[in-house]
Amino acid sequence: MSEDNTIISIEHISKRFGDKRVLDDISLNIKKGEFVTILGPSGCGKTTTLRIIAGFETPDEGNLYIGGNLMNNVQPHKRPVNTVFQRYALFPHLNVYDNIAFGLKLQGVAKDEIETRVMRVLKMVGMTDYEWRNVDSLSGGQQQRVAIARAIVNRPSVLLLDEPLSALDHKMRKDMQIELKQMHRTLGITFVYVTHDQEEALTLSDTVVVMNHGVIQQIGSPTDIYNEPVNCFVADFIGESNIFNATMIEDRKVSFMGHEFECVDEGFGENVPVDVVVRPEDIYIMPRTDKGQFDGVVSSCIFKGVHYEMIVNTPDGYELMIQDYNPFEAGMEVSMIIKPNDIQVMRKERICNTIEGEMIDATHIDMLGGEFECLPQEGLKAGDKVRVEVDFDKVDLTDDKRDGTCEGDIKFILYKADHYQLSVRAENRDYVYVDTQDVWEDRDIVGINIRPEDMRITKIEEAGA
Amino acid sequence: MKITNIFSRRSSWSLPYVVFLLLFVALPLILIMVYAFFDEGGNFTLSNLARFFSDSDALSTFAVSIEIAIENTAICLLLGYPVAWILANKRYNRSAVTIIIFILPMWINALMRTLATADLFNMLGIPLGKGTLLFGMVYDYLPFMIYPIYNVLRRMDPSYAEAAQDLGAKPSSVFMNVTLPLSLPGITSGIMMVFMPTVSTFAISEFLTNNKIKLFGTIIQENINSSMWNYGAALSFIMLIIIGITTLLGGNDEEDAQVQGGLI
Repeated sequence: MSEDNTIISIEHISKRFGDKRVLDDISLNIKKGEFVTILGPSGCGKTTTLRIIAGFETPDEGNLYIGGNLMNNVQPHKRPVNTVFQRYALFPHLNVYDNIAFGLKLQGVAKDEIETRVMRVLKMVGMTDYEWRNVDSLSGGQQQRVAIARAIVNRPSVLLLDEPLSALDHKMRKDMQIELKQMHRTLGITFVYVTHDQEEALTLSDTVVVMNHGVIQQIGSPTDIYNEPVNCFVADFIGESNIFNATMIEDRKVSFMGHEFECVDEGFGENVPVDVVVRPEDIYIMPRTDKGQFDGVVSSCIFKGVHYEMIVNTPDGYELMIQDYNPFEAGMEVSMIIKPNDIQVMRKERICNTIEGEMIDATHIDMLGGEFECLPQEGLKAGDKVRVEVDFDKVDLTDDKRDGTCEGDIKFILYKADHYQLSVRAENRDYVYVDTQDVWEDRDIVGINIRPEDMRITKIEEAGA
Repeated sequence: MKITNIFSRRSSWSLPYVVFLLLFVALPLILIMVYAFFDEGGNFTLSNLARFFSDSDALSTFAVSIEIAIENTAICLLLGYPVAWILANKRYNRSAVTIIIFILPMWINALMRTLATADLFNMLGIPLGKGTLLFGMVYDYLPFMIYPIYNVLRRMDPSYAEAAQDLGAKPSSVFMNVTLPLSLPGITSGIMMVFMPTVSTFAISEFLTNNKIKLFGTIIQENINSSMWNYGAALSFIMLIIIGITTLLGGNDEEDAQVQGGLI
């Protein structure tokens, strides 16, 4: 990427609100004229990133450059960016015309030029003849258009959009998406767009930035993000997917669901645990035959407009989602094939839980915000910092939070074909990952238990000690 | 059966208050009208009202009252707005309790506060006069100005100010172009809460100027006290009209303003 082509450069930015880390070492380069979407679930830090670019928040660490100039301490009104706010923030005491003319009047633009420019943007957003209307009398979609007009009339070099379509109904949203894309082409300026809607992100963007827990997970074109997700989170968040625990046997050979498959990935090493994602439309399904790679029975079949969506169970207890143009009725015996190209292998972020804690006495550890019992530890004394490793399937969750050694909050559920992997946030905000067959619900408050014999405890040597 | 029915209907519960309103609000208002438009013999007349317009004493007192009320309201607004702004700004005030400190004087009887203020001036040897009168009024009515403005500012969506900044407004123009106009309902509410009671006050002027400065409320009180019921009623009627006009000047937003101002 050449230097002069970059308009926004975010370098190692971190941000905390109180003890909550909302952005953790974010780096991102945005090119001139690009349509970039920052995508992620609520609370992932996407809006904070946008507010840092706009100047409403200042980064704790790292630097922000816009057009090559350091912007960390530049006030919002001096930045060459304009924002379309989530709830529009149109000034209720001004009519449509004065709302749009607000920025131009401040710049001291001549009266007739203001009029020409306001009329031109009103025409662009399809709101001609509305200039004297009170903003409160406009519908949500019309307010949205005025908000966009108010921002672009100032000819910013970057337009920031904070979930601008989230308050509109489905049909309206589709229409606005097309118009936004059109506007981006006409104006030729950079759009930075924040949304939690993956479909919107894939439709609109040149580049998608997927965020979670304040960390950028992946940056890429919509097709890259969809076809080659770098981890389970991205695979699950973007589109439908089948995700498996797998083992990379050797280059171009991976095993999951108890079968070996050919794939195209290399360089993971031998017998390395990995995650595999296969999109539902990439599994070929046919009536039972001995030419398939594996067999199963259809348990449900739903028509989805263009294709059918089927749930297929294998004899080994795996559940797959498959999309095909032909229906296979529930109860039918089928065979499946997955082609090497359609298997996306991803490095595992972790193979077991690694929890940091502190010894209370020889048989108790303070970790995750609770007091856990452990096997008697030789050579460890109270106050020693320790690292505790626990396998994903060795963490027990209880319905009643009082039955647990500490409390947890289920933040994310990933279905992995034969079990669920839950991300559970413990009382001290550390995450515990749990493999379970049981069905839990997002946002459930649970108790967390770990048996003493399932903990592998090592001492953390203090630096300089 | 019928009696229980009457008492079980929810609207019947308001009956005591309706009776109270009729007796102590509606009836006195009717009596004021009756006394104002009739002479002592019981004949209809406009002479009571006419007398006010030829009574140079009453007219000048009236002018002084309006002048003092306007001055008091202006001082309260100039002092109260910045205080309300600081209190409503999370950067300077993280606790909702601070506002209580500013409202606290309202919980103490106004007469006691006024008497105490007068004693304080006497002790300090400050001569009582217009200055002390205004001081006492501002002291009494300032919270009524702060609170409605504070309420409007606190509830204002911060994205309006952000949007203005984003469109290139420096902090001072954010205030002049967005914050101030959007806080008008609070200002209107505050002005009415301060202006209307100041026009009719008489105790404050009595204690804080030793009756050197008479206000409109004072001459009404004097007339009624000396059994000039008809003229007193006519003066009261004139004051009611002034209050009515002020309320109308508050505009159609008045109801909205008071709801937003959170006072009524």
